[in-house]
Amino acid sequence: MAGIAALEAIYLIKGGINKSSVSSNEKELFNAGSAENFSNGKTYPYLSNQFFLRRFEDGGFLAMSIKCTHLGCVVNQDSKGFACPCHASKFNKYGEVMAAPATRPLDLFPVIIENGEVLIDTTKPFKRTSYLKSQLTYA
Amino acid sequence: MKDKKAINFPKSIENFLLHLHPIKIDARAVKFTRTFGLGGITALLFIILCVTGMVLRFSYVPSVAGAYDSILALERETIFGHFLRNLHHWSAKLMIIVSFLHMVRVIYSMAIFKKRAENWIYGLVMMFFVVAASFTGYLLPWDQLAFWAVTVVTQIIEYIPFIGVPLADMVRGSSTVDEQTLLNFYTLHTGILPLLFIVLMSMHFWLIRKAGGVALPKIEKPEKVNVNPNLIWIEIMAAAIVIAALFLTSAFYHAPLLEEANPLVSPNPSKAPWYFLGAQELLLHLHPVFGAVLVPLAVTAFFVYLPFFRVKNLNVGVWFNSPLGKQITIQSSIVSFVFTFVLIYLLDHFLHFQLWFTSWPMWISNGILPFLAYMLPMGAYVYFWKAKKQAENTEILLACTSILLSSYLSMLFISLLLRGEGMTLIF
Repeated sequence: MAGIAALEAIYLIKGGINKSSVSSNEKELFNAGSAENFSNGKTYPYLSNQFFLRRFEDGGFLAMSIKCTHLGCVVNQDSKGFACPCHASKFNKYGEVMAAPATRPLDLFPVIIENGEVLIDTTKPFKRTSYLKSQLTYA
Repeated sequence: MKDKKAINFPKSIENFLLHLHPIKIDARAVKFTRTFGLGGITALLFIILCVTGMVLRFSYVPSVAGAYDSILALERETIFGHFLRNLHHWSAKLMIIVSFLHMVRVIYSMAIFKKRAENWIYGLVMMFFVVAASFTGYLLPWDQLAFWAVTVVTQIIEYIPFIGVPLADMVRGSSTVDEQTLLNFYTLHTGILPLLFIVLMSMHFWLIRKAGGVALPKIEKPEKVNVNPNLIWIEIMAAAIVIAALFLTSAFYHAPLLEEANPLVSPNPSKAPWYFLGAQELLLHLHPVFGAVLVPLAVTAFFVYLPFFRVKNLNVGVWFNSPLGKQITIQSSIVSFVFTFVLIYLLDHFLHFQLWFTSWPMWISNGILPFLAYMLPMGAYVYFWKAKKQAENTEILLACTSILLSSYLSMLFISLLLRGEGMTLIF
């Protein structure tokens, strides 16, 4: 009995139920338009697509999730970076934690630049432990 | 009490009642202050919740597009719709409080040991289901309160190492709170949980009778009285008072309903449901491995194992086991409440371990250090009772229980009432 229960638990935790069938495994790419339209040193919110797109001073792009890594509230932009309204976590422009209770930087969405167009893969955010220069994508 | 005449029920109802209860019981068990009727009131609340819940199902639409509007239609355009929702809401709130008090009562009246140990486990499981039922119901109105409270709590689950994220995804049926979550919660709330309750309640009641009813101290010749009318009368009175109070409350105080859920705007502050606020407070001060895993596991293990500790001078059915036990319970509850309160104040304003020891790993500066800041003084306090006052291990168990419960209440109190915008302390 316990064995069957354990198997069932594993099946469920592994995602045994799927209520909406995805027809293909294609990435969900969001096209933000031509890279030239984004000026350096500015952050562009794409709230309904769940990310902030930032272009840094050196022209590199970073797409950060709008969700606070503490408990999942939506962070707001402020002059220094991002601030969470729920439990006062603060993040800098690179998404790194400036003030607890959050423990890791804002999650990222992969940015792909094809033919000068900025594409953001919004299929799944990925977690990181710190900001690295290699996370930036250049046109 | 003996002169009262038996209530004239139809035969079938009388027989049914006398199958729930024995025909005669100990006179001391009938006394209201023995149980405060807490278990019975919880069962009554379950029935009220089932009845109101079933009626609410006629109007509720379990979808993101329809849920909020169906609540508005219920409140504005349905006869007694608003009242019905209020009644369901207040009964659910009361059920959490009353079942918690019932748990506290059986611990302190020493009614969980020996042959009652197994029933304690059923009780704990039901306590968990009471919280689960309330939490799953919390999401259904699909307003800002519901959406963000459930977001925050399911996000806490993600902190559990290894299985956290898949477990949270299973609860949500998705990686965020969305229509899948709503459907999961609706099914659990209106189908699976009530069904499990019926099974568990049957076991719980049967095991109480098997253990000989309410736990009482042993005496030479206990006086026996008829259940009808002595107990039945009190039960009817208590039920009538609870129902009347709920009707009055529901007529004047509305269940909360904020704006429709908006996944792009988090209200400030976003708090978990009130009964989870102690846990949320803990997570503000402790590294998730401690706050979301080790501490909850240890506390759960303690409460599950509670009746199985080897105790020496056990007095079943005696409040607080002994006069010393009463003294310990009262004092340790107060000490732990105040200590937790002061410690949180210090952690918020002065003890910034994380900033002082930036080079140390977070699980030390933000985990072990605040954990020890709580455990060492509390451990020393319990040791003081054992060493200086010769408290037996039964009394020490009561002290530990009181410390844990009182600390949780202290955290809940702070998080509920003393934290404002950005979850900062208001003083």
